Amino acid sequence: MLDIKHLSKTFFPGTGNEKKALTDVNLHMEPGDFITIIGGNGAGKSTLLNSIAGVFPIDGGQILIDGVDVSKMPEHKRARYIGRVFQDPMMGTAAGMMIEENLAIASRRGKTPGLSWALKDSEREKFREMLKELDLGLEDRLTSRVGLLSGGQRQALTLLMAAMNKPRILLLDEHTAALDPKTAEKVLAMTKKVIERDHLTSLMITHNMRDALRFGNRLIMMNAGRIVVDVNAEEKAKLTIPDLLALFEKASGSALDNDRMMLS
Amino acid sequence: MFDLLLPTISQGLLWSLLALGVYITFRVLDIADLTVEGSFPLGASVAVTLLVKDVNPVTAILVAALAGGVAGVITGLLHTKLRIPALLAGILTMIALYSVNLRIMGKANISLLGKETAFTLVESNLGVAYSQAVLLVGLISCVLFSVLMYWFFGTEIGAAIRATGFNPQMIRAQGVDTNIMLLIGLFFSNALVAVAGSLVAQSNGFADVGMGVGTIVIGLASVIIGEVLFGTRSFKNSLISVILGSIVYRLVIAIVLQMGMPPNDLKLFTAVLVAIALSLPMVKGKFQSRKAGI
Repeated sequence: MLDIKHLSKTFFPGTGNEKKALTDVNLHMEPGDFITIIGGNGAGKSTLLNSIAGVFPIDGGQILIDGVDVSKMPEHKRARYIGRVFQDPMMGTAAGMMIEENLAIASRRGKTPGLSWALKDSEREKFREMLKELDLGLEDRLTSRVGLLSGGQRQALTLLMAAMNKPRILLLDEHTAALDPKTAEKVLAMTKKVIERDHLTSLMITHNMRDALRFGNRLIMMNAGRIVVDVNAEEKAKLTIPDLLALFEKASGSALDNDRMMLS
Repeated sequence: MFDLLLPTISQGLLWSLLALGVYITFRVLDIADLTVEGSFPLGASVAVTLLVKDVNPVTAILVAALAGGVAGVITGLLHTKLRIPALLAGILTMIALYSVNLRIMGKANISLLGKETAFTLVESNLGVAYSQAVLLVGLISCVLFSVLMYWFFGTEIGAAIRATGFNPQMIRAQGVDTNIMLLIGLFFSNALVAVAGSLVAQSNGFADVGMGVGTIVIGLASVIIGEVLFGTRSFKNSLISVILGSIVYRLVIAIVLQMGMPPNDLKLFTAVLVAIALSLPMVKGKFQSRKAGI
């Protein structure tokens, strides 16, 4: 489903701030794979997801989605294959537009917009049903501006939008990091539900070790722009947090350094 | 006083197209587009040059709209393709248009004396007084273009343009090319501004290369006055507010002139008015936090 070959990316090349964010990264994902990603500060986790999404041009290597080489495709063209939820709850929605308008935009993801109505009456019922499943009371607030929602509600809405029309790849960049623990738990449960329901091929960055072990069927650890540990479902099921830390130390030669990492 | 009311409202309606154009860039796209200072006289130059050659007023206005739209696209290309900051891109187009407008007109000022305009056309065809014709043309163009805007921003492209203003990152992640949306928005905005320029020139009876000075501030004043007085609950509400804001602005100007303010101070007055209106949210926030004891 997703193939990454010899991917590399350097920020600010040739300057004093030069930063090798990714070095020769290789990753193959089967359809329905749900990978959790952990790693230290500046390990390249977000850079990896942003490279897949096409936020910036990559320096070398190839990214293939379903056999299609998207390496040179601009961000908005790749959107047809990719659903994304960001760390910042403000980033995934248009605050000044209504919930139903945001959903309508998401339901047309990857299609070139035309001159037909942005939102058809027939879509409202469908949106209401979808929102009902979130169980946040949003189904009665279709015409509320998204800016009025709480961070958790916005993140749940973004998740709904990202998972609409079953994207080939779902990218989750610490999408619960900015939420309080209770809301984070709720959003994670929803994440699991939609991924399992639609068999979405997903990549989830998390700074929570427990979540990294609890969710997904595969776990990778990154360090200094490389994937240093790659654990499959069977091994992952047996792992504990101390095992993970030991694995990381062995692979990278240093202790896991992430000031936001939660060990429990 | 009362005989001033009707012409003032007519002027407000003609100028409301400028305010609607500025609304598209300032509020919808969230950029301050100074192209309007050039596209307003561009619309005037193009329309007046054509009218002097006895071209039909409707055609002249449409050509002016197209010219204004192209000016907007040039600003958009400077911004998106050459990565020049939006404010500076607008200034560059504005300055360039000064020369372009002189080229179009061949001189700094062209009179429309004795020529057919949109107003004389309505006057003779409907058999109404000239002042009523101005009001009618103002009303018709205002209704026509605001309905067009309401429809357009309700379409998929319109929604994508609005989302581009609110959150470009989000709409890119939804598969929309934000650069194209910006270009379309700037085209639409400056086409409206050019129509405003062409109508104001026809009502003044001449086009002048310097008539664009301060138009951005007039547009902003109308947008802000309208929003403060008449609300922003929905897109439709905002459009109506902006039009009413333009009329209120003209009324305020008429009143202060009547009260004896020298016309030379008008631009200073407008700039101060806009500065106060723009700083209101900040002042209000400070006041509230003081009240809350923070």
